[in-house]
Amino acid sequence: MKTKARVKKDFTMSFFAILLGMLAGSVLMAVTGNNPLEGFIYLFRGGLMNIERIGNTLATATPLIFAGLSVAFAFKTGLFNIGGAGQMLIGGLCATAIGLTFDLPKPLLLTMIVFGSLVGGALWASLPGLLKARFNVHEVVSTIMMNWIAYWTVYYIVPQYFKGPFLETESQRIPESASLKVPWLTELFNGSYINLGIFLAIIFVVISALILERTTLGYELKAVGYNRDAAEAAGINVNRNIVLSMAIAGALAGLGGATFYVGFASNMQIGVLPAQGFDGIAVALLGANSPWGVFGAAVFFGLLHTGKGFMNAMTAIPPEIADTIIATIIYFAATSVLIERNWDRIRKINFGSLVPGKGKNTLEAESGGDE
Amino acid sequence: MVDLIYLLFPYAIAFTIPLLITSLGGLFSERSGVINIGLEGLMLMGMFVGALVISRIEGFTPGTAIWIGLLAAMFFGAIFALLHAFACVTLNANQVISGIAINMIAAAVTVYLARFITGSGNVQIIRGLSRQTIPLLSEIPIIGRLFFTQTYATTWLVLAILAVATFLLYKTRFGLRLRACGEHPHAADSAGVNVYLMRYLAVTISGACAGLGGATFIVTLSGEFNGTAAGLGFLALAALIFGQWKPWGILGATFFFGFASTIANVSQAIPVLAQIPGIYLKTFPYVVTLVALVLSSKSSQAPRAIGEPYDKGKR
Repeated sequence: MKTKARVKKDFTMSFFAILLGMLAGSVLMAVTGNNPLEGFIYLFRGGLMNIERIGNTLATATPLIFAGLSVAFAFKTGLFNIGGAGQMLIGGLCATAIGLTFDLPKPLLLTMIVFGSLVGGALWASLPGLLKARFNVHEVVSTIMMNWIAYWTVYYIVPQYFKGPFLETESQRIPESASLKVPWLTELFNGSYINLGIFLAIIFVVISALILERTTLGYELKAVGYNRDAAEAAGINVNRNIVLSMAIAGALAGLGGATFYVGFASNMQIGVLPAQGFDGIAVALLGANSPWGVFGAAVFFGLLHTGKGFMNAMTAIPPEIADTIIATIIYFAATSVLIERNWDRIRKINFGSLVPGKGKNTLEAESGGDE
Repeated sequence: MVDLIYLLFPYAIAFTIPLLITSLGGLFSERSGVINIGLEGLMLMGMFVGALVISRIEGFTPGTAIWIGLLAAMFFGAIFALLHAFACVTLNANQVISGIAINMIAAAVTVYLARFITGSGNVQIIRGLSRQTIPLLSEIPIIGRLFFTQTYATTWLVLAILAVATFLLYKTRFGLRLRACGEHPHAADSAGVNVYLMRYLAVTISGACAGLGGATFIVTLSGEFNGTAAGLGFLALAALIFGQWKPWGILGATFFFGFASTIANVSQAIPVLAQIPGIYLKTFPYVVTLVALVLSSKSSQAPRAIGEPYDKGKR
């Protein structure tokens, strides 16, 4: 259970990471002869200025919420899931395959798609989990390998079975009945990309929070993350929990893939690892691995990604500035020690006499020593 | 069949070389105890700097432009790697996250700058490196045709670097110290080795090597920077693991992977090969790496202190 001070500390850390990320973005804008202030104004206006753009921000945030939840969930068990991109691809492939194969009423088809992408992602991620539990293969390495196996699997399967009418490099468009987009929602947001995925995401944020905070399963998963040996000694089946944690992480990422490929988009491009898989790591770090933190961080990144096009249209700043800011945030989140080291000083300035919890970041507790 | 091998060999070697030098860079970093999954990003930085420098100066100095470009790529690769070293060594950051950040920063910043400079986000070079057949040696039966015809100068440069690196790592005091930092940093420290300095050096070398690898890919195979290293850096990482963190191991692994990728790339054009589904050839490197990890799980050759930030006070 997190103490109030701990939450405040996480929040401050995230705030500093964002600040530093935006500072790096400003430097890059200034170096290329642009006015950073103007850039940021257009960036935020682009994501918020009307109801359609707000819808797009939420739609862009949807896969990020899932990718972030996936990383955060595995973190809780002391596992580092950097296979989110591959799990998203497999989830998306399952969703696309189901959508293009079956001709069913929309509610039934969508249920199958959600279920299919969930199972696909879970199976894909449980292999690294098994390798970790059974052979102590480090999950960082195995999930990287699984990413590229997924990449090439999609690369060959999509053209072979679901080739689009015009291009070799993309699948057919999914029929309307297989899309997470629904007319009432699209109209409500003036034709935005927003789709049922956002509700699905909120549901899974709640479910993740419930599992982690209120169930025996969540307790065991976290116990394994805090101290594997102690958990073992307490009679918790560590190996089972490792596989389970990866499977759940994969299921979340797989769902993210569905919300991206049959929600935000309407077909699959081959030869691209979805960037959301890696952005999910930033989302989880920024959200301090808590489900609602993930939600907030994902919406923030969704805002950056939605606004970058508008900013690019209004100024001479290339849209990659958003990616630069996100990447810099990850870097500073990794080096948060710098902030942590000076934490006492920062705390005194901001919050007076609050005593921060002494718990170490779960992430740093797992220092990868067992590779 | 024999003709086919003769035909494919130069391509396979050309594909192997950028992987080999990048993997070798990873070897330095990981042998010193710093995980480097930022190889992809470091390589991308090399591709960008190499392509940019060559495209700017090849009009004035056509002959030497390529070599200046390669040098610049090495230099900026090394500088960029300092960011990883700073996070991992000075700040005790999580090395995996820092590596991911390196990949993402490289992907974002290079495309940002490329778009700013060229407008399109791509940087093309007009003339790549030309293939040369080595006189005399190419006359040797079989071997001559396989190894000494249609070669790039960079191939010999990289192989020379491999030889020097092997000597450096295993026959010199520097190499022993570097490896000690990856196995048991506290013992190395007690013996008077500056662990921080060694790790900084190793990560910087890995940046220079990966930068060279990226630029080599530009001047030999692709001819343009297009904003992605297409997983080559991760392939190099797989080769490093499959080669069990040993120079000759990674030479074998990169060639193995290079050959498989080449077959997959050309299989459409050659009827005999078109029968092998590309999916098997392309996923092959990653699958065998996973298998190798499982098989070696009992006797892993991975540096023992890999991934652990070195903390002087913690003994």
